[in-house]
Amino acid sequence: MTAALELTDLSKTFPVSRNLLGRTTASVKAVHPVSLEVSRGETLGIVGESGCGKSTLARMLVGLLEPTTGTIKIQGDALDTSDAAKFGKRIQYVFQDPISSLNPRKTIRQIMEAPLKQLHRMPRAQRNARIADIFTSVNLREEFLDRYPHEFSGGQAQRIAVARALAADAKILILDEPVSALDVSVQAQVLNLLADLKAQLGLTYLFISHDLAVVEAVSDRVAVLYFGSVVEIGEASDVFRAPRHPYTKLLADSAPVVGRKLAAPESWETELPDPLNPPQGCAFAARCPLASDLCRSTVPRLDENGGVLVACHHPLD
Amino acid sequence: MIAFLRLLSRNRLALAGGIVMLCVVLLALIAPLLPLADPDVTNTAHRFKTPFTEGALLGTDHLGRDLLARLLWGTRLSLMVGFAAAMIAATIGAAIGIIAGYFGGRTDNLIMRGVDMLMAFPYILLALAIVAALGPGLFNALIAVATVNIPFFARNIRGVTVGIAHREFVDAARLSGMSDARIILTEILPNVVPVIVIAMSTTIGWMILETAGLSFLGLGSQPPQADLGSMLGEARSALITNPYTSVVPGVMILIIVMAINLLGDGVRDALDPRLKSGALSRPMAATLVNRTGPVPEPKGNGLLEVQDLETQFHVKNRVYKAIDGVSLHVKPGECLGIIGESGSGKSVTALSVMGLVASPPGVITGGAVRYDGTDLIGAPYKHLREMRGKNVAYIFQDPLATLHPLYKVGDQLIEAIRSHYSISSAEGRKKAIDLLRAVRIPNPEKRISDYPHEMSGGMRQRVGIAMALANDPDIIIADEPTTALDVTVQAQILALLDDLRKTRGLAIVFITHDFGVVAQLCDRVAVMYAGRIVEEGPTKAILDAPMHPYTARLMACVPELGEGKRRLEAIPGLPPVVDNLPTGCAFAERCHKSQTACRGSDIALVFDTGRAVRCLFPDNPNAEAAQ
Repeated sequence: MTAALELTDLSKTFPVSRNLLGRTTASVKAVHPVSLEVSRGETLGIVGESGCGKSTLARMLVGLLEPTTGTIKIQGDALDTSDAAKFGKRIQYVFQDPISSLNPRKTIRQIMEAPLKQLHRMPRAQRNARIADIFTSVNLREEFLDRYPHEFSGGQAQRIAVARALAADAKILILDEPVSALDVSVQAQVLNLLADLKAQLGLTYLFISHDLAVVEAVSDRVAVLYFGSVVEIGEASDVFRAPRHPYTKLLADSAPVVGRKLAAPESWETELPDPLNPPQGCAFAARCPLASDLCRSTVPRLDENGGVLVACHHPLD
Repeated sequence: MIAFLRLLSRNRLALAGGIVMLCVVLLALIAPLLPLADPDVTNTAHRFKTPFTEGALLGTDHLGRDLLARLLWGTRLSLMVGFAAAMIAATIGAAIGIIAGYFGGRTDNLIMRGVDMLMAFPYILLALAIVAALGPGLFNALIAVATVNIPFFARNIRGVTVGIAHREFVDAARLSGMSDARIILTEILPNVVPVIVIAMSTTIGWMILETAGLSFLGLGSQPPQADLGSMLGEARSALITNPYTSVVPGVMILIIVMAINLLGDGVRDALDPRLKSGALSRPMAATLVNRTGPVPEPKGNGLLEVQDLETQFHVKNRVYKAIDGVSLHVKPGECLGIIGESGSGKSVTALSVMGLVASPPGVITGGAVRYDGTDLIGAPYKHLREMRGKNVAYIFQDPLATLHPLYKVGDQLIEAIRSHYSISSAEGRKKAIDLLRAVRIPNPEKRISDYPHEMSGGMRQRVGIAMALANDPDIIIADEPTTALDVTVQAQILALLDDLRKTRGLAIVFITHDFGVVAQLCDRVAVMYAGRIVEEGPTKAILDAPMHPYTARLMACVPELGEGKRRLEAIPGLPPVVDNLPTGCAFAERCHKSQTACRGSDIALVFDTGRAVRCLFPDNPNAEAAQ
């Protein structure tokens, strides 16, 4: 079976400064070449801290950013990465901040109709029926359709945003921190809704979050991102329970957990590497208790190690 | 629209301007219907008749033409040209601005440099050049005035568009398959229109003036046609002998431009969202206090004691009971957690302590806040100010928002110290470095001269903590200090706070929505829902055996690391709005155990051996006995 989503060596470099002739003189590698496969019906979680490149990766996947290198294949077909409109029917995106992802001057109906009209050229009667269907499936009342976005709470607005993504009828959804702006009681409602929709409609999710517990609860597999590279991919149940990469272990140890004593898991001096002046070897070496000279000189490759893929010269057992 | 008109009419000057403008426009509109003399017929026998003579109310000009008729017809023409020029300039300018702002990059560069070049010419020179090229005439003057004003609109609109084009809803529209043209028309334009209207309302008077200027120079309306500028121009030669011929059109120009500018300023104020949200009304230095009930007696609980505190927000005729009868206390060296969802009142509780809730709309309507026994509610501002930072200090969620972006972090720290103690700046610097070292910022001697944007989020929050520590407070109120931080950084900040509490005997009030954080840091915890405390007690006891159904279900909602893929518990429904609270238990609507009694009357917070719960049917009623 072909994978629902397949990325090969996808990377993004942003120019930071240019000389007078418009030639790039300095650049930042936001995403180092990443290759990933997501199979149909799977939820792949992507975790990482701010600045690790997870949103850049997501925006490339839906065509909002053109990748510097690499290809994206959806169900085996390569996508033209320079045209956002071509992505719409195949892959959709749910944004972090539900309120700002809805145009404040449009009614919910106008927002919902856009993908049906523009992507599917549906006539009016059919559009109304489809919107009614989708609204039932995300537990929203149809009377909401004639209201404006500011009248909704965060949880409702996020459900509207999910509904809009569903309207495009794409089988793959990129969920970029879909619940970080929501309260915990509402967060659970939205996560459960997403799980139900996935089962009903046979969707494939790429779930991006900084919250390890949330990612673990919703994902089949998890990829850990650090400084623009995947450092570990494995089954969700294993990745945090038995981390192989020292960074994954640091993340798992840092998450506040009821019943664990408070302790700073690493020394006080640590700071993230400077993207303008990246380290030569492993990006995590400066923070890593196991770092050796090899780590500081050579970038580790992502290799199979006990059922998971790890990019580390000295993986943990 | 009605709200807009009401806002506009509240501004007296704008209202006056609006009324005057309405009269002028009305007069100009009905000019053809009025029994006026023909404005263009010359009658040299009656030249220079003074105003108020028979048959010529405002007198006649050097060719014996009736000035009143010429004035009204001229006003009509000047207004038309002014409005038309404003419309043309706004349309073309906005189009250019939107295109430049939306596409960005090279398109933007090319367009905006062209606009800059246009702007570099003195406007009158440019207008003269355009008229010279096209030939004199009112229509060409209109084109010239419109062209000269395009850059103003283009720059304004471009700025606004750049902000909107990077908003998420534009990305979402792109993913909905919309073309660029459609996105510009249906997503960007509706959000830019208010800015166009504001820009137009403030420039239209200026454009009328410019048209009059060109006509005055003889480049606009051609004789015998009258507009205000040409009337002034023709009267110039008789300025000394018959001044009223200049005064009549001059006064009209003055009236029009004044009225339009006053109205325009009013429109801008009424439409500008920043001004609408009350940016013009500065909050008071301390929260307004309006206590009607009796002040609770001190009970001598802890260093900081909040008793039955009520803070409300009065917005128009609505009353939002943000907190309603909150009681808390914290001892030196103790950490009290306040946990709740957004809107539960946890931040308002914290801000009320030092009178930091913005007034208007905030009002403290009841209760007491005792610091070491003395009530702070209603204390004089001078006293509160003395205590802020020195006795009770705050740490906020976003250090990027609380640190001034244009000052070095060291200078801000030194300022915080020197506002309470008069010490030399050298001493201040030494103390600031010590503080930065105390919050474990590496290399403090160097980092002290960093600007906030040069630091990472974790480092900035450490500066925020250093600033809170600057004057050795006894109590630190931390309002979600780690919510904006990454987990690895959060762990460091929490460990730091815990350390400071142990070494300095600080009392910490820690506000959060995260049970994991509460469990690790806090001795006691208070759970808030809809402005009230629903449960309070030792952290371990509450986390092990929550008694209020809300606490129990909220805890179940939170996924915990290490439990694998699973379905999460959710609480159905939404928290109630605090301007319309139900009687009885605010949680009854969402509670699986609720009964009729829950919705009957107020439910009291019942204390029992160190724990308190506001519920008629608590879970784990024997939790105490079991322990």
